[in-house]
Amino acid sequence: MKRIYVREEWCIGCHLCEYYCAFANSGEDDMADALRGVKINPRIQVEDADGGVTYAVSCRHCEKPRCAEGCITGALTVIDGVIRLDEDKCVGCYTCIMLCPYGAITPSKGKPVQKCELCLSNGAPDATPSCAAHCPNRAIVFEEGASPCGL
Amino acid sequence: MRIVIIGNSTAAVGAVEGIRAAERSNAFDAEKQAKAGGGSSAEITIIAGEREHTYSRPLISYLLEGKTDEERMKYRPNDFYTINNVKTMLGRTVASVDPKAKTVTLEDGSTVPYDKLLLAAGSRPFIPPIAGLGAASDGAEYHTFQSLADAKKLEAALTEQSRVLIIGAGLIGLKCAEGIGRHLKEDALNGDSAEISLLGNKALSENRAASITIAEFAPRVLPSILDEDSAAIVQSHLEKQGLVFHLGNAVSSVDGHSAVLADGTRVDYDILVVASGVKPNIELLTEIGAKSGRAIITDPCGRSSLPDIFAAGDCAESLDVTDGESRVLAILPNAYLQGRAAGKAMAGLDEPFTEAMPVNSIGFFGLHIGTAGAAKGESSVIKTESGYRRFFFAEKRLAGFIIVGDVNRAGIYTALVRSKLPIDAIDFDLVAKKPQLAAFAPKERRKMLNGETV
Repeated sequence: MKRIYVREEWCIGCHLCEYYCAFANSGEDDMADALRGVKINPRIQVEDADGGVTYAVSCRHCEKPRCAEGCITGALTVIDGVIRLDEDKCVGCYTCIMLCPYGAITPSKGKPVQKCELCLSNGAPDATPSCAAHCPNRAIVFEEGASPCGL
Repeated sequence: MRIVIIGNSTAAVGAVEGIRAAERSNAFDAEKQAKAGGGSSAEITIIAGEREHTYSRPLISYLLEGKTDEERMKYRPNDFYTINNVKTMLGRTVASVDPKAKTVTLEDGSTVPYDKLLLAAGSRPFIPPIAGLGAASDGAEYHTFQSLADAKKLEAALTEQSRVLIIGAGLIGLKCAEGIGRHLKEDALNGDSAEISLLGNKALSENRAASITIAEFAPRVLPSILDEDSAAIVQSHLEKQGLVFHLGNAVSSVDGHSAVLADGTRVDYDILVVASGVKPNIELLTEIGAKSGRAIITDPCGRSSLPDIFAAGDCAESLDVTDGESRVLAILPNAYLQGRAAGKAMAGLDEPFTEAMPVNSIGFFGLHIGTAGAAKGESSVIKTESGYRRFFFAEKRLAGFIIVGDVNRAGIYTALVRSKLPIDAIDFDLVAKKPQLAAFAPKERRKMLNGETV
C-alpha cells in the first residue's frame, strides 16, 4: 500500500505540511478561513533535530499497529492497511498515545484524540494526502514501500 | 478442528482474530491443519456467562459517567461473530473441563467437545474479609464494579443524595468514583459538603449531603502504579473534585449503613462499593492440574501445562519484559495480544507474544496519568508546568516511567522501555524534556520512520 515517507535531507522546515494538514482536517473550504487566528494542532508534526535537520512525523500505519491492538474501545481499526479512528467510539483514554512509538496520535480539541488517516476521512479532494501533495520540496512523499519498523 | 473459548471479552476476541488471521496467513499450512481434523477453517465456539455482545470492560466507568453507551461500548461490531463464523453460547457457565475426554461440561450437564481449549475467563472482584460484609441475605449489601451488569446495578441504586463509600483507591475504585460523580447533586461534591457528611450521624437524615468517600489500606492512591509524589498530586486533584480519602486505613467492619475504619473513624453510607482488587478465574484449569501461580502459567503462545489447553487475558500470567518476572498483567492490550497469540497457536501458527509489559493510561476529571514498565531502581524526576515525570533506570536502560499531566507522545518512552535501547544511544536529556524522535541517532530515526528499505 501507499504510505507517507519523509526525507529529512530534503525537508526545509517550512511547516507547510502542518498548515495543510490543519486545513484539510478543518472542514473549511478556504485555507485562510480555516487558519485565520487559529493555533493549529495538526496530525503531522515537524521536528527539529541537531544541526538544522528537520522532518515531519505522522502515523506510519504500522503493519503491527500497537495502537489498534491496544485500543480499549475498538475505535482504532485497520481498514485496507490504513489505521482509522472511529471518533464516536473513542473515549479519550489515551492508551494509544501510550503505545504509539512515534508519538503520532495526539490529544485533540473537541474530540478525544486525532491521528493521520491519510486524508481518507476528512473529505479532502486529492488522492494524495494533503501534507505530501503540498510539500514544496518533495520531502514528504506518498508512495508504495515497506512498513516502517518502529522501535 | 473444534476450538472452544471460555470467555467473551478481550482475550477471547484476540483469539478469534488470531485464529482467522493465522488461517489467512501465508505461513499457515492449511493442508496439515486439515489433516489434523475437520477442514482448514476451525469451528470456533465461545461460551460465556455474560449474555452481552462482547463489550469493553474498562468502559463501564465511562458508561456510568454518561460518556458512552451500550452500543458504542461494543468491543467489536455487531457482525463480529458472523463474519468470523463463531458459534456463541452466551449466558452459559462452564462447570468443569475433562482433559481426557476433551470436553467441557456446562452447569446444565451438557458437554461440548474440543480439540483446543482456551480459558479466557478473566477475573472476578476480590472481596476482602471485612466483618459484616456478605451477600444480601446474610450480611451488608455491597456493589462491585467489573461488569456491565455491575455498572447498571450501581447506576440504578444511585440518587442525587447518595453517600457512597468505596473500598479501594485503585484503578477500578477511582474510575468508579469518577463515574458516580455525575450522578450526585450538583454542588454537592464540593469539599465542604462532603466533609459534613463524614461527621457521622449528626449530619444525617434530611439534611445529609451527597458524598464519595474512599477508604484505602495502602498509604496512597493508585498504589499499584504511582509513587508517593505522583499519588499526592493525583489525590489533591481528586480532593478538589470533592472526593474524600481515608488512606492507610482499612475498613474493619460494615453494617449496611456505616463502616468503621481501622483508626476508628465511622463513615455512614447509602451505597458501598468494594473495589479491592480482583481474583483470576483459574479454577477450571487448576482443578485439573494446570500449573499456576497467581494465575495460569503459559508459554508465550498461551499454552498451559496441559495438552491442547491454552489460557489468555487476566486469568493468565505473562512474562514481564521489563524485569523477566512472570505476573498477571491485567491490562487490556496485554489480554488482546495474549489472546491473539493463543488463537494463532491453536490454529497451528506459533507467533509468540514476547513483549508483555505493564502500560497504564488513565485519566480522572481531566488529569491524565501514564505509566509503563518497572517503577524501581535509580530514578530522576522532572517537574514541569505540565506535570510530573519520573524515569526509572536499570542497567543504563529506561526501565519504566510515571507521568502525571501531559502524556502527549509518551509512547516514545514506552517504546524505549520495551526495546531496551541503551540510554547512551539516544539524547536522553532531550527526550526526557519532551518526547521526540530527534533524540534518536539519524540512522535509527530513518529506519523507524521509513522502514529498512529506504
